[in-house]
Amino acid sequence: MEEETFSDIRGQPITLGCQRHSSFCTEFTVSSPKVSIGKVLASTCSVWLLAYLLFFFTQNTAVLSSAILVTLVGMVLHIHFVKVDHESLLVIGSLGIQVSSSYASGREITSFIEMGRIKDIVINEAVYMHQIIYHLCVLLREPAEPDAVAGVVPLFQSSKPRLGCLVKVYRSCQEILSKVP
Amino acid sequence: MVLKIFFPQCCNLADSGLLVGRWIPGQDSAVVLAVIHYPFIPAQVKQYIQQSGEELAVLGSWSLPKEGQEGMESFLRDLSTIFPQERWLQISRKMGKMDGEEEEEKEKVVFVHYDQKKVMLSRLHPVHMEDTQTAVVFQTVARSQPLFLLDRYDDGPLRSTHWQTEGREGSILVELLKRASVPLCLLLNWLMSVWTRFCRLRAVSGGSCKVLLSSKLSTCIQLSHRSEHMRSISSPGAASSHIEFTRKANTVVSVLVDVALGILLMSWLYRDEHVAALASALVPAADRVATELEQLLQWLMGAPAGLKMNRALDQVLGRFFLYHIHLWISYIHLLSPSVEQILWYGGLSAGLGLTFALSLLSDMVALLTFHIYCFYVYGARLYCMKVYGLSSLWRLFRGKKWNVLRQRVDSCSYDLDQLFIGMLLFTILLFLLPTTALYYLVFTLLRLVVVLFQGVLHLSVDFINSFPLFALGQRICQPYRLAEGVKFRVLCEEPGSALHLLMEINPLSCSAVVQTYRTPASSCYPRDSWAALVRKLFVGELVYPWRRKSSKAD
Repeated sequence: MEEETFSDIRGQPITLGCQRHSSFCTEFTVSSPKVSIGKVLASTCSVWLLAYLLFFFTQNTAVLSSAILVTLVGMVLHIHFVKVDHESLLVIGSLGIQVSSSYASGREITSFIEMGRIKDIVINEAVYMHQIIYHLCVLLREPAEPDAVAGVVPLFQSSKPRLGCLVKVYRSCQEILSKVP
Repeated sequence: MVLKIFFPQCCNLADSGLLVGRWIPGQDSAVVLAVIHYPFIPAQVKQYIQQSGEELAVLGSWSLPKEGQEGMESFLRDLSTIFPQERWLQISRKMGKMDGEEEEEKEKVVFVHYDQKKVMLSRLHPVHMEDTQTAVVFQTVARSQPLFLLDRYDDGPLRSTHWQTEGREGSILVELLKRASVPLCLLLNWLMSVWTRFCRLRAVSGGSCKVLLSSKLSTCIQLSHRSEHMRSISSPGAASSHIEFTRKANTVVSVLVDVALGILLMSWLYRDEHVAALASALVPAADRVATELEQLLQWLMGAPAGLKMNRALDQVLGRFFLYHIHLWISYIHLLSPSVEQILWYGGLSAGLGLTFALSLLSDMVALLTFHIYCFYVYGARLYCMKVYGLSSLWRLFRGKKWNVLRQRVDSCSYDLDQLFIGMLLFTILLFLLPTTALYYLVFTLLRLVVVLFQGVLHLSVDFINSFPLFALGQRICQPYRLAEGVKFRVLCEEPGSALHLLMEINPLSCSAVVQTYRTPASSCYPRDSWAALVRKLFVGELVYPWRRKSSKAD
């Protein structure tokens, strides 16, 4: 498995892992940076300082226990629903494309798109807040109308890698898609 | 082109033999369903395959070399002449490696391993997409059920390996339920026919007044709803499709849960004299509500919030409403000795289900707050007439008229006496507006509070009616049955051999399960949007915020 470091649109370092299982099957994994200890400490300290301030004024211990509860529940919800650990793209020629994202708690969301429904994989530009970014997306088509684009599925939405990383993935995907109809 | 072979996991360690399955047309893929072992007679194999399903065929040969079977490989290769096919697969396995090749050309091969039992029992959603490759594979496995009836303990001429080789699976509970369901359905059917006949008699004798009442009372609505459910459960035919079966099962489970919750409520209610306590608390509560209303009216008749009301109109309206309250309180006191009896018999309705108890509660609240409803209607009608008059006279003030034919405002020249009387009336209505508006506001707020409470009760009744508990239970306990799609995992392999993938079932998300299998209940949802509601309140139109989607027209 070859690993290379790129950067995402915010400048954070991300890793692209490329594993070639066979001539028509490749798996790409983009890993985001892990949860930083500094951020965790900062958020916990701010919540608890606020709780102590409230306790100082109200002298009610329920404030402190609820602050602890809020911190714990918030952290669990964050790693289960928000923090994406890595996203992977598995391209299998003549079978389809599988997109999956794993969260920091181990939860995985997978979706498989069949080859008959895929029109093409392209690098698209999008307006994102105040910037214009490049992103890789899969163009879908209905089997009844092979020329019209029926939908667009963007890939690597949480890690948002930059163009260099996207071009590498794009080239390998096009190799497989063009070789096998 | 890459050749895709869907290989069942149960056949990974099977003895050498023939591969039986189906070639999927147009997609260059083959689904292997079973392996038939040596010794066999080719004619019997052909007959067995033909009676097991259409489009099944011998795909090729499978060899797992063991000691003492050296001649097997060449024997299996010669079999291709006995079973003539366009393509012949030869899959061989050495422990740790699996390889396959076609007879004519060496092309790339992908082995997709699948769990046969799960794929057979699973159901793909969305249901109507029948032509995708995954759907075709699932259907092939599901339709080949006769192939899987032969297990190793049968004395037939053929030995085969598939997911039921070790013995056919079954569950005692499921079989018992299947046997018991037929007489139960007949009994339910008979009961429902008796009940329908009884209802029709009552409706015929009651006349139109009864029909109106029964469409307004939520208990009657809930009763008709439940009888519809029971009729759908007790229909004599078996469920034709998986979705129908799940819907029936959902209805059965929701009825059972409803009755269980109702019995729980009953056991709490009839213990420790709770009924008597509730009854003795009810009349003083009604008295308190009446006293509060009287105080409110006295406050309105004085100078509410510092506003100065028109004295005469104020007194008239205030006394009118006070007399109403007095009437209502006397009726309540008239009823007070029998309140306990009513509550006692009403509590029995909880035995039919919690939804009936809640509907009864909603109806009782509606009856007890009938005076608030009356006040609201009087206030709203008065205010509406006032606003209507004011708007029409305002148009006169500006020299315009409402053209009914053209549905628009046109200019019009009025005579002097028309203008004079119009101005007088306009001034009177304008200065009486604050008084009426205040009464209208107060009673509308009270009515909205009652409507909100009733709405909450109706929403919870609908929730119990329509929530698909069976489907959700299936999703939690057997997630492979409700599939959204498939997911693949690459199995470790050495370079140089074919690609091996593991196909697993991607279960449907819980929210999608609830959305797909919701029983279409008479859902109670807001009739107007917020903007329309506010507009209606402002103009004085009567507001009925909850709309019932019923099958019959009201």
